[in-house]
Amino acid sequence: MSDFTSDFWGLYVAVLTLVSVLACGVILYVMGRMRVIKRPDGETASTTGHVWDEDLREYNNPLPRWWSWLFWITIVFSLVYLALYPGLGKVPGVLGWTSTGAYLSERKAVDDEVRPLYAKYQGMDVKEVAADPLAQGMGERLFLNQCAQCHGSDAGGSKGYPSLRDRDWLYGGDPATIRETITDGRSGVMPAFGAALGDEGVSNVVHYVRSLSGLPADNLKVHYGKALFAANCVACHGADGKGNRAMGAPNLTDGIWLYGSSPAVIAETVTQGRGMTATSVKRMPAHKDMLDEAKIYLLTAYVWGLSNRGTSQ
Amino acid sequence: MPGGSDSALKVVRGPTSRRAAGPVASAAATEEISLYEIRRKIYPRVVHGWFARWRWGLVISTQLLYYGVPWVNWNGRQAVLFDLGARKFYIGGLVLWPQDVIYLSILLILAAFALFLFTTVAGRLWCGYACPQTVYTDIFSWIERKIEGPPQARKRLDASSLSLEKFVLKAVKHIAWFIVALWTGYTFVGYFSPIRELGINMMTWRLGPWESFWIVFYGCATYGNAGFLREQVCKYMCPYARFQSVMFDKDTLVITYDEARGEPRGSRRRGAVGREQGLGDCVACNICVQVCPTGIDIRKGLQYECIGCAACIDGCNQVMDKMGYARGLIRYSTQNALTRGYDRPTMWRRVLRPRTLAYSTVLVALTIVTVVSIAVRNPLKVDIIRDRGALAREAAPGVIENVYRIQLMNTDETPRRFEIRADGFPGLTVEGIEQPVALGAAQSRMLAVRLRAPIDDAARPSDARDLKSRLHNIEFTVRSVDEPQVVRHETSTFIVPR
Repeated sequence: MSDFTSDFWGLYVAVLTLVSVLACGVILYVMGRMRVIKRPDGETASTTGHVWDEDLREYNNPLPRWWSWLFWITIVFSLVYLALYPGLGKVPGVLGWTSTGAYLSERKAVDDEVRPLYAKYQGMDVKEVAADPLAQGMGERLFLNQCAQCHGSDAGGSKGYPSLRDRDWLYGGDPATIRETITDGRSGVMPAFGAALGDEGVSNVVHYVRSLSGLPADNLKVHYGKALFAANCVACHGADGKGNRAMGAPNLTDGIWLYGSSPAVIAETVTQGRGMTATSVKRMPAHKDMLDEAKIYLLTAYVWGLSNRGTSQ
Repeated sequence: MPGGSDSALKVVRGPTSRRAAGPVASAAATEEISLYEIRRKIYPRVVHGWFARWRWGLVISTQLLYYGVPWVNWNGRQAVLFDLGARKFYIGGLVLWPQDVIYLSILLILAAFALFLFTTVAGRLWCGYACPQTVYTDIFSWIERKIEGPPQARKRLDASSLSLEKFVLKAVKHIAWFIVALWTGYTFVGYFSPIRELGINMMTWRLGPWESFWIVFYGCATYGNAGFLREQVCKYMCPYARFQSVMFDKDTLVITYDEARGEPRGSRRRGAVGREQGLGDCVACNICVQVCPTGIDIRKGLQYECIGCAACIDGCNQVMDKMGYARGLIRYSTQNALTRGYDRPTMWRRVLRPRTLAYSTVLVALTIVTVVSIAVRNPLKVDIIRDRGALAREAAPGVIENVYRIQLMNTDETPRRFEIRADGFPGLTVEGIEQPVALGAAQSRMLAVRLRAPIDDAARPSDARDLKSRLHNIEFTVRSVDEPQVVRHETSTFIVPR
């Protein structure tokens, strides 16, 4: 409720506020009782006593009376406001208003307004939703908000973040799997093999891996690398290097590279591993707390549609 | 400002006693008053004359403009419409976007300089003739006069106790005011929401909350300001009334009472020659006070309450005509003309002085620059925002892609097709969109565009920190297919990863 660490400051604010309001009332009352001399020509003879530039005096001329009523109204308003809303230090106010509460209620209002829009698509088949132009527009905006930071504005991915436009999937490209990925997130980790393989071993594995997708490689190194691959890598990437969707291990034969195809980058991947540092694990975040089911469903259809709508690639 | 600090005080605070010591004023006695005065209602007498005709001419023309413009159509839409929802502002053939807010600043600057110029030349012309406060007060007063009768009758009516007649007259007046005020509010909102639909929605009780609020708010403001507050807005609220004096100089035309000619004032029989009785030309008829909408006596000199409406000039001239005296006892004159005795041509010639010429020059120059810049402005606006989360990627071995969001805005009402090109890196191609990109009238589109370039391993930077070989400056060219002169060049960067 309150950010103050001690009760003193709440009291300080409350007293200061009330004294100020009271002082305004007192000044208004006193000034209302004051009388000034009106000269025969209709002007007042009294000045405020302020003199500028040697002889410039400010006259004390009357204000319209309705103006003073405006001041009284502001005083009444301030007291009513302070009674209703949290303004006096730690006093919460009769209405119990909080900025968090206001945010939540506004958000709820927006959610209630858009819910029918999303709910309509929840009952439809993914294929139909993906083909619906309105749903596409809504999906694109969701994507740009939630996904584009990593996967790119065109969903083409980037280093370490898979492209969502092609038909190559780490965990599977059917709607149910995509939905699971968005809802719960993913964390694919490749362990470091630098210590186990040594520099020479890493280089051999790199050449073997490059040869899998037909990239130029040294034949001898490929030969040695094949044995090392069989001993170290097949558990995840499979004997044929086609990967394993159950753990998100990429297919190494399809010419699609998550981190890059150059020998230097592959060597880095093998030596240091991917997705894990000393302090953190890189993961695709779970979105179940950020988006409700209906939005996730729409987003699923959009992402599925990216590679299944027949768009140009 | 005339006369140094002493009269500065006069302008801001009212006249000093010296000028005011006339026979009329000294009749009242000294009294004690409260610092909060109860407003005395002003019943200005109706005045006819040259300036009154000008004022009514301006009332009618400004209001024809204000009430009429929203009903004018252009190319099948409302000619002037400020569509806040779509963030497009239509003025005739011109469509302004939020990016064109510079024109709003220029308009405000132009308005300010016009105000400076007019005020320097002839005082508060704006206040007296064109300010909505004056204009609506005139309209509301006219309605009041038509229903409740001339000032004397209104005064009697207000003083009388409530009777059926009084109730009916007042009710009719307020209903008439209310209708005008509501129509004014409706017209105001009609600049922001198509006025014809707005009228239908209003009649079928289907207005949105904001439309209703602004119609009622603007209507109530009109009703209150023009019906009740009137001169008090000018006296107590308007900041312009308070700072006008800094724009005055000794050659500024202001409404002035010719004290030398008028004093000592005194009544006399028609046709009498005042000088023979030791009197000036002022016959002390008080017409100038009676016609004043702010209730001041112009004979006390320049006062901050004076809105420069020139009603006192018209009133005084009528009396002078009846008396057979020359017109212009109260007239537009300058301080220099009075103290140095300039004749009319000299006084008018001094309108052309450095200050007014400087204001005019700025005004004309700025107007020309604005008109030219609007005439030649490029209807295409382009924003390039490169993806920041993902700088670059390897689409296929040896193929690098960078992604950009391109915001295209076709700002006017001609549909166009655009070709997007990128240069600055060998082999750069634009992917991910179908070219040419079509944009409808006044439409905006966001495109996710990929730039793709082949790269051999030798061109790769060996170190991620080697910015020189990582960053390449490129230039996007967006050109209309049908009008090659409609083109924009925008720079960005292409990044090659290690």
